[in-house]
Amino acid sequence: MSDRITGLIVSVLALAFFASASQLETPFFADPLGPSAFPMLISAVAFVSGCVMVLRPDAEPNWPALSTFVRLLIAVLVLVLYAYGLKPLGFLLPTALAAGAISYQIRPAVLASSLTGICLSVFLFVIFKYGLGLSLFALPRWLMATPA
Amino acid sequence: MDLLANLALGFSVALTPTTLALAIAGCVLGTMIGALPGLGPSNGVAILIPLSFSFGLDATQALVLMTSVYYGAMYGGRISSILLNIPGDEPAMMTTLDGYPLAKQGRAGDALVLSGVASFVGALLATIGLMLLAPILARVAFLFGPAEYFALYLLAFCTLGGMGSNNQAKAAIAVCLGLGIAMIGVDSSTGMTRFTGGSLHLFDGVDFLVAIVGLFAVAEVFVFIESHGRDSAIGVTLEKIRIPVRDILATRITMLRATAIGFVAGLLPGAGASLGSFLAYMVEKSSAKDKSKFGKGDVRGIAAPEAGNNAAAGGALVPMLTLGVPGSGTTAVLLALLMTLNITPGPLLFTERPEVVWGLIASLLIANFVLLVLNVPMVKIFSRILQVPAAILLPGVTMVSFVGIYSLSGSHFDLLLMIGFGVLGYALRKLSIPAVPVILGILLGGHMEVSLRRAMVLSDGDWTYLFGSPIAIGLWIAAVLGFIAPLFLRSYLKAPAAHKDEA
Repeated sequence: MSDRITGLIVSVLALAFFASASQLETPFFADPLGPSAFPMLISAVAFVSGCVMVLRPDAEPNWPALSTFVRLLIAVLVLVLYAYGLKPLGFLLPTALAAGAISYQIRPAVLASSLTGICLSVFLFVIFKYGLGLSLFALPRWLMATPA
Repeated sequence: MDLLANLALGFSVALTPTTLALAIAGCVLGTMIGALPGLGPSNGVAILIPLSFSFGLDATQALVLMTSVYYGAMYGGRISSILLNIPGDEPAMMTTLDGYPLAKQGRAGDALVLSGVASFVGALLATIGLMLLAPILARVAFLFGPAEYFALYLLAFCTLGGMGSNNQAKAAIAVCLGLGIAMIGVDSSTGMTRFTGGSLHLFDGVDFLVAIVGLFAVAEVFVFIESHGRDSAIGVTLEKIRIPVRDILATRITMLRATAIGFVAGLLPGAGASLGSFLAYMVEKSSAKDKSKFGKGDVRGIAAPEAGNNAAAGGALVPMLTLGVPGSGTTAVLLALLMTLNITPGPLLFTERPEVVWGLIASLLIANFVLLVLNVPMVKIFSRILQVPAAILLPGVTMVSFVGIYSLSGSHFDLLLMIGFGVLGYALRKLSIPAVPVILGILLGGHMEVSLRRAMVLSDGDWTYLFGSPIAIGLWIAAVLGFIAPLFLRSYLKAPAAHKDEA
């Protein structure tokens, strides 16, 4: 079933890609092929392959239990928040929180994962900042006294 | 003697203190990365590339560092295969078949030393093969026009898809996904934007480093979260390390044969190291008189795949450097490195930047001896790395990936894109759609389209031009065969089941 659904999604995406490619305007100075031919070729191959997947699916993969999906979703959410937080909040705090949260998702032990988060955060900051010379800010910039 | 002069040039580059230090550092780092379960050459090299830029290394130095990591990870991969029965990545899988049983019989040290020596033989001979063959192929590559390049890219996708997956349709989808992503951004021939959906962030296209780190490293984190607590690693204790001279001598023919097979498998664009170790093992097993011990700890079953996959690693560098077509996942990552460094691989690389090519080759020769020392007398130190728990390792890998990508552009958009690729990579893995063709598609999509369009300009829109030369026709035939043949061979080429622990 998973394969059939994936195949269907791929086919629909291929059609959308094809439609989008055919809408591209070809400027008068273009080469014989133009900007839309190659994308259209790709979408044709993808469409056929998607149909093959719908018609001849493989055995069902081992999907994890619902609780695992929740854990994965939390992990994704943590990473997204981390991506947004890295710049305004400085390196140390978001990294410690994110690393701790990921660690907790792999091995649910509060103390161990908090320690992992804090140690990783400090350790990586020292390596990146002083070993590799990346320009990272340890703390939120509004806390740092130096005017930019 | 051209070769000697070139080698002299190479060693003059490789023996400068910085380059030498980088090669050694790369070997140590690579062996560690290879030994860590769940981190293999591809994702190891992938997360290090962004960081290597912040070092401010020049092209040769960056390339030497990363290729040493690549070679080191190929060596190190066997450590977790043998001691934990967990391959660090796909090429190391065949080593688990006999390596782990032998380790369980209390001969873990012998297995590690023997496989280290086999890796050395395979990698050293393959590096020499690279040295001899690459300049010749580079000369042939001058004959390649746009039609030939288009056919060559097609061949790479077909063999990679055909061999690397159990389902042709899924492989084709992976390729199309990669090519489709490559189309995003400004069209180089007309200067118009395509498929950006109006987003300014996408005008430059999707950075392949973002895609690579997402698909390889971030996806790995999700896989580990899913499998937590279920990695039933029954470790094997490592006794004192001795040199099993008799086993090494007994497998010398095996090693040479496996090296030859692996090297040729590595040469095929798109086939790579997994095929090398697989074929080496299967040939060894089918040509042996007494097959009964294979899968139960036969020394030949350790020597063959290790020599094979390391030879393939060297072989895969040949098409990558001369034609710009990588032969495996990791060489695809190395190609990404070259492209970011503004080095165009291909025949011109050999004539215009000989110091890069020959410095790399000389460094690889040196790296092999460093790796032999690291992996035979010092293997015990590296085997300690296996004790790093996943709950510390994986968050570390995630944070390194984030900082690496963040240091490239400083925008959170790339980070979000990377997470997206991580989720995609996890889904693909679940659906057994291979991820390497996606990477290759993103890397080569632009080149493939440009060569097709150039061919059409040259021929004024005549399609038959694509089949206009003997080289092009040969490549087309090979491409079709490479895609279709595995359909029929699949029933013969079934990998033996891995050793299972009782209880």
